[in-house]
Amino acid sequence: MKPHSSLRRDILWAVAAILLLSALPMLTQSRVALDFVIRLAALGIFASSLNILVGYGGMVSFGHAMFFGSGAYVFGLLLQKTETSIPLAFLGAIAFSGLLGLIIGAICVRLKEIYFSFLTLAFQMLIHSVILTWTSLTGGDQGLMGGIPRPPFFGLNLADHTSLYFFACVICVLSLLLMRVILQSPFGATLRMVRDNAERAAFLGIDVWRIKLYAFVFASCMASVGGVLMALFVSGAFPDFAYWTMSGDAIFMIMMGGLHVFTGPLVGAGLLLLFNDVITRTTQYHGLALGLAVLLFALGFKRGMMDFCIELLRKIIRKGDQP
Amino acid sequence: MNPQALFECFSSASCIVTQMGTGLIIGSLLFLVAAGLTLIFGVLGIVNFAHGSFYMLGAYLVLTVYKLTGYYAIAVVTAGIGVGLFGLLFERFLMRRVYKADVLMQLLVCYAVVLIMDDIVKIFWGAEFLSMGMPEAFQAPPFFVAGGVVPVFYVYLIGAAILIALALWAMLTFSRLGKIIRAAAQNPTMTSALGVNTSLIYAAVFAFGGVLAGLAGGLAAPVRSMSPGMGFSILIESFIVTVIGGMGSVSGALLGALMIGLIRSFGTIGFPLFVEGLMFLAMVLILILRPNGLLGKETRT
Repeated sequence: MKPHSSLRRDILWAVAAILLLSALPMLTQSRVALDFVIRLAALGIFASSLNILVGYGGMVSFGHAMFFGSGAYVFGLLLQKTETSIPLAFLGAIAFSGLLGLIIGAICVRLKEIYFSFLTLAFQMLIHSVILTWTSLTGGDQGLMGGIPRPPFFGLNLADHTSLYFFACVICVLSLLLMRVILQSPFGATLRMVRDNAERAAFLGIDVWRIKLYAFVFASCMASVGGVLMALFVSGAFPDFAYWTMSGDAIFMIMMGGLHVFTGPLVGAGLLLLFNDVITRTTQYHGLALGLAVLLFALGFKRGMMDFCIELLRKIIRKGDQP
Repeated sequence: MNPQALFECFSSASCIVTQMGTGLIIGSLLFLVAAGLTLIFGVLGIVNFAHGSFYMLGAYLVLTVYKLTGYYAIAVVTAGIGVGLFGLLFERFLMRRVYKADVLMQLLVCYAVVLIMDDIVKIFWGAEFLSMGMPEAFQAPPFFVAGGVVPVFYVYLIGAAILIALALWAMLTFSRLGKIIRAAAQNPTMTSALGVNTSLIYAAVFAFGGVLAGLAGGLAAPVRSMSPGMGFSILIESFIVTVIGGMGSVSGALLGALMIGLIRSFGTIGFPLFVEGLMFLAMVLILILRPNGLLGKETRT
């Protein structure tokens, strides 16, 4: 496959996705449907960014939610405490999270497997407890209260629900496109090589530590984009954004959707959101229902939905090839 | 933040004794939970995220059995055996199916069990905080050491933990089963090639871990309040303990548990809101200095 044709195809997909998503508000005025898409955009970016580490880099981070949280908090704080415009606050949130990712990543990516996982978990809990403790800045366990101001910019008013919807869709599609392009680039190929055989990569003169760190920083930045969208949606930021359950959910999304397909995490995010919405409405034993579903999935399916679909598709195509 | 209070505490013997007592019981409980966790990791290379639920189940079992029989000792032993059985079933019916799967799949299965157990506890015991109260046998006036207060039950708890730790050490060092477990931890393929039924050993290790966690839950019941989320907080703390000590090392778990226990009890005085943060800070520092933990060996791949 030529790189150019693949890039053109991805851009076509992105344009198609934006067109399709813009059609939705014309079809339905239901707030529930639009809200669902906005939440999906935020969590889809977040889960996909984690998959850069887990699926493409082989680094199982248990603490990715700290960057989701840092994005939401920095964005909210910049708008609440200063006169920053939304685009600047957005960039500020990404820059801060990238810097945080650089510092934490520099320490973590040296460690192997399970120790990497635990150290990221530890940093996440550290950040979570800083958010809880620094009450004067973050509002402690109440979160950033009082709403985040949304001054209009470039003629776009995000206080309007439909505008927020469009904004979230465009940001989501662009972020996914960016991640896709970078993962298809030589850098992405190197990252996959490091995942499969770090020693061989090192023999070929690749600085393994540096590649992993770049991936970590990039994933942190993208996670913060998800956090910003979520902060815009709920008009606030809460300590739960940086809590381990958030990371756990993201891991589950990846696994449910499939970590070997680029859109897997997005599909997983949609499935988990849908599932959560349905069970909170039907039963008070949310954990029991979710747990049984997870068990069924982990012991029955043993792979993500998208992995499963692609396998099925390949089988069908192969059958078609035979005379 | 009040480092001044911490400084004052260090200069008074009574405060040191009181806080040492608290630190030691936290450390004892943590050690029992973490020992099982680290044993399971050492032998199977699996991180049992459901270990906190074992502990929780132990505490609730003690609550019920104590109410029924009135004997605390019987309740604790029942909890140990009951949770051991639970660990056995957990291994046979769930974990065994994902040994060969991705680490993330194992994580998911454990995560599911945590969610399910929390809700099962809610169904049987309710979602409210419950407390068992101190059994009558221990309702004696506390000891006074150098002006510091040490409740009678603390002494029993620490004593019980020491006894269990000694039994565990003796079992691992001298018994045939212990030798097989250590061999399986070092080289599972070789062990099974020598004719040892490793599948059975795996089940035994999970049952052991369950017994230890159940006993810990049982010993914690009189001094801790119980709620469906209690498994998770102890889980995170025992993770820190095992990581600090080195995954797979039982003596490392002991060292880590004592450290975390003391950090918790003294940290509450100096930095009441940042105790969690302090523990994680300790773990981060140790992992940076010694990436495999204090007593950990090179990681097995």
